[in-house]
Amino acid sequence: MTDTMARPDRVVGAAKLRKEDEHLVTGATTWTDNITLPGMLYLGILRSPIAHARITRVDVGPALSSPGVVAAFSGRDLADKLGSLPCVWPVTDDIVMPPHPPLAVDEVRYVGDAVAVVLAESRYQAADAVEAIEVDYDPLPAVVDIEAALAEGAPLVHSESGTNKCYVWPLESGDYEAAKAKADVVVARRYIQQRLIPNAIEPRSVVAASAAGTGELTLWSATQIPHIVRVLMALVTGIPENKIRVIAPDVGGGFGSKLQLYPEEVIAAVVAREVGRPVKWTESRSENFQATHHGRAQVQDIEIAATRDGKILGLKVDLLADMGAYLMIVTPGIPLLGAFMYNGIYKMDAYSFRCTGVFTNTTPTDAYRGAGRPEATYAIERIVDDLAAELGIEPMELRRRNWIQHHEFPFDSIAGLTYDSGNYEAATDRAMELFGYDALRAEQAERRERNDPVQLGIGISTYTEMCGLAPSRILASLKYVAGGWEHASVRVLPTGKVEVVTGTSPHGQGHVTAWSQIAADALGVPFEDIEVIHGDTARAPYGMDTYGSRSLVVGGMAVHEAAERVVTKAQVIAAHLMEIDPGDLDFEGGAFRVKGSPGTQKTVQEVAFEAFTAHNLPDGMEPTLHADSTIDPQTFSFPHGTHLCAAEVDTETGAVRIRSYVCVDDIGSVVNPLIVEGQIHGGVAQGIAQALYEEAVYDSDGNLTTGTMVDYLVPAAPDLPHFVTDRTETPATSNPLGVKGVGETGTIAATPAVVNAIVDALRHLGVDDIRMPCSPERVWRAIQAGGAR
Amino acid sequence: MVQISMTVDGVTHTDDVEPRLLLVHYLRDQLGRTGTPVGCDTSNCGACTVLLDGTSVKSCTMLAVQADGGSVTTIQGLALDGSWHPVQKAFHECHALQCGYCTPGMVLASVDLLSRNPDPTDAEIRDGLEGNLCRCTGYQNIVTAVRSAGASLREQAGTEVG
Repeated sequence: MTDTMARPDRVVGAAKLRKEDEHLVTGATTWTDNITLPGMLYLGILRSPIAHARITRVDVGPALSSPGVVAAFSGRDLADKLGSLPCVWPVTDDIVMPPHPPLAVDEVRYVGDAVAVVLAESRYQAADAVEAIEVDYDPLPAVVDIEAALAEGAPLVHSESGTNKCYVWPLESGDYEAAKAKADVVVARRYIQQRLIPNAIEPRSVVAASAAGTGELTLWSATQIPHIVRVLMALVTGIPENKIRVIAPDVGGGFGSKLQLYPEEVIAAVVAREVGRPVKWTESRSENFQATHHGRAQVQDIEIAATRDGKILGLKVDLLADMGAYLMIVTPGIPLLGAFMYNGIYKMDAYSFRCTGVFTNTTPTDAYRGAGRPEATYAIERIVDDLAAELGIEPMELRRRNWIQHHEFPFDSIAGLTYDSGNYEAATDRAMELFGYDALRAEQAERRERNDPVQLGIGISTYTEMCGLAPSRILASLKYVAGGWEHASVRVLPTGKVEVVTGTSPHGQGHVTAWSQIAADALGVPFEDIEVIHGDTARAPYGMDTYGSRSLVVGGMAVHEAAERVVTKAQVIAAHLMEIDPGDLDFEGGAFRVKGSPGTQKTVQEVAFEAFTAHNLPDGMEPTLHADSTIDPQTFSFPHGTHLCAAEVDTETGAVRIRSYVCVDDIGSVVNPLIVEGQIHGGVAQGIAQALYEEAVYDSDGNLTTGTMVDYLVPAAPDLPHFVTDRTETPATSNPLGVKGVGETGTIAATPAVVNAIVDALRHLGVDDIRMPCSPERVWRAIQAGGAR
Repeated sequence: MVQISMTVDGVTHTDDVEPRLLLVHYLRDQLGRTGTPVGCDTSNCGACTVLLDGTSVKSCTMLAVQADGGSVTTIQGLALDGSWHPVQKAFHECHALQCGYCTPGMVLASVDLLSRNPDPTDAEIRDGLEGNLCRCTGYQNIVTAVRSAGASLREQAGTEVG
């Protein structure tokens, strides 16, 4: 193609500034908590202060006489109407799935479990009245630690189940024991994935309104998944699905924590119908810490077997995964999203995986940015470093000897996935160049030589991940009860403006901008002329929403395909109007032109008007210019990359300083590099936060001792380094734009890079592991323990 | 109830409020100025930051009665005559926001920071915004935006002086 043929209007790939920003930087926002409806009541929730207890008495009477209170309910009062919250991922046939009442009836099972509710005229009156509710608890023994929960005679979280074991899920590929028998070296490690609290900065919020005449329920919710909430709300409450409308207005971050059907959404809907008035509930941050689901919380026993010259033969993974007290919508499946990723980018002969899900008297766990893949990547990237140390092979060299070579793609991984594309060599070479790898290694050696109190470590993470959830047939094989498709509609309106309706539900990702770019190029209309409609089941009726880095590779492709279908229809109409065969037209830059005489043209906007008036359409052609597309991906997408971290560790104080952080990610073709870079920054920040700062801690009675932002360190600007980012581009072969997901790569890659760097700085002092988060105290203690060996 | 009077984004309001009413709830629930969001209940996140008489305060940590007689600027009053403040502009141009929930507080804290230190280093920007949490951006583009806004403001001031 010559330059003159290149489309100057092409916007895919351009760093377009976001359309979303205008209302966000001026405060013209529509957060759920901003909504006030006539007659609206405020919902207040009394939560259990005890991790495990029988409820012997609930008296909401005193709350009813509190000023402004309109109604108050115990769990028993509403039990019939609230139903049981669903888990949609029963991972095995014999999984234990206890009932989960949105309001506890007989027993509370974690601190924060909802017990009773009040409805009052104001926020403050609701808070006052909650304190007036009287509850008697008969405490039961609580179990907090996963291993203790599996011990003989452990207190049972759900006594009727007779066990705290939720499920055991195995995956075997090749013969691990045979591989191990052939190995010269076997390294076994236990890594702890501490429990994390997602902390989207917008707290959860819900407004429910039931129309008196029709019984139609409208639910505004700070959710990632309005479409899924609608289906599940119908199933749980018995309200017909076609009478439920769920709207996700502006949503302030989610990171998986708003991928849920929460008790409060169901409670708000039911009590709004009970009292016949709209109801709003917004959580406080303290409630968020206790009652919004947590993430990670796994114990990982990992074993890797290799030859003396560094060929990896096999990998064995034995996980204990903390479910918390109840199964939320996809709780049991989260660790299994990692099952296919422990092998990472490496070739091996055998892989053995087993995960045991365990109940404890803690806040339920579920998806948190990366969901299973960060844990897997951490384990493999950590143990490859440990293997390198054991073998005396430079850790990057060991990786090179084992990773899938560029010419070997597509590659069938030992875990059973087909990686369509990748170029680990290119990403790594670029990262090492930007990082100054050799110079840093030289400095490291020099500091060791002179016994510098501040040691330098280099951490490597050469990751891949599976995202773009998900091929529906694969989900079926994993016993997930829904599909992984995504829907889009593209409508060219009579005036030439375009509506793109998407089933994705953004909460910071920038879909409005990115989908506009995709549609603008496909239709040849101005970027500015496109409106993207999302997050409302009445306006965007079909969708599977936003999580698992799926929006672009599934939802964006649906937009692309629907736009292409619009062009196909428009071409037939244009040809009819121009009295020519459709095959004799070219479509470029939004206009159909006759091949060979480019002066004659019909624009897509002109065709849209003709399709609207329908005065002169081909025989049998339906009026209007719009098309739908529902895409079910055939495979996952596999972003990869190389992250390198240089950490300075003060051996006298245990303080860690990240000196430089370089990431080169390969997410295939890019729609908007500005948005991509932002996703990577934010993901890396959360990955570093797991490595250095964040941990949810329970005491032995099940009290969350890190229950506020004072006690749980969400990093601020001074706590994070400057990131150096770059990309290599190996287009995915699984979709027409060649794109891969990017939303979770940072969280997946960064954590092991940081911990590897810290351990690398201290390995000569006898340190081979530090439990996350690597606080100065833990680092200092590891140095002391290592030195004592 | 206590009678208070304050100017919010250029408009004077006189209201009877409960002494315990937080400034942020006065702004949001009583005045309908919902541009200022609430992110936590321990003064850590800074999403609710507003300017009181030109200085940034966390409006969830201040009672409405404490702001009596003062002048409050929220994110909704920062643009002048429909023209965005240079910090708002820079946040947009540098992609310094994603979900946007922390943005009102982050922008107003940055305005305050730049009023005290018109030409901050990156480290000074990071330290200056320590009281405002963002979970989306990793802060890097926020630092870039504040630096860029600082340059714009200095240029503006130079033009005005000149």
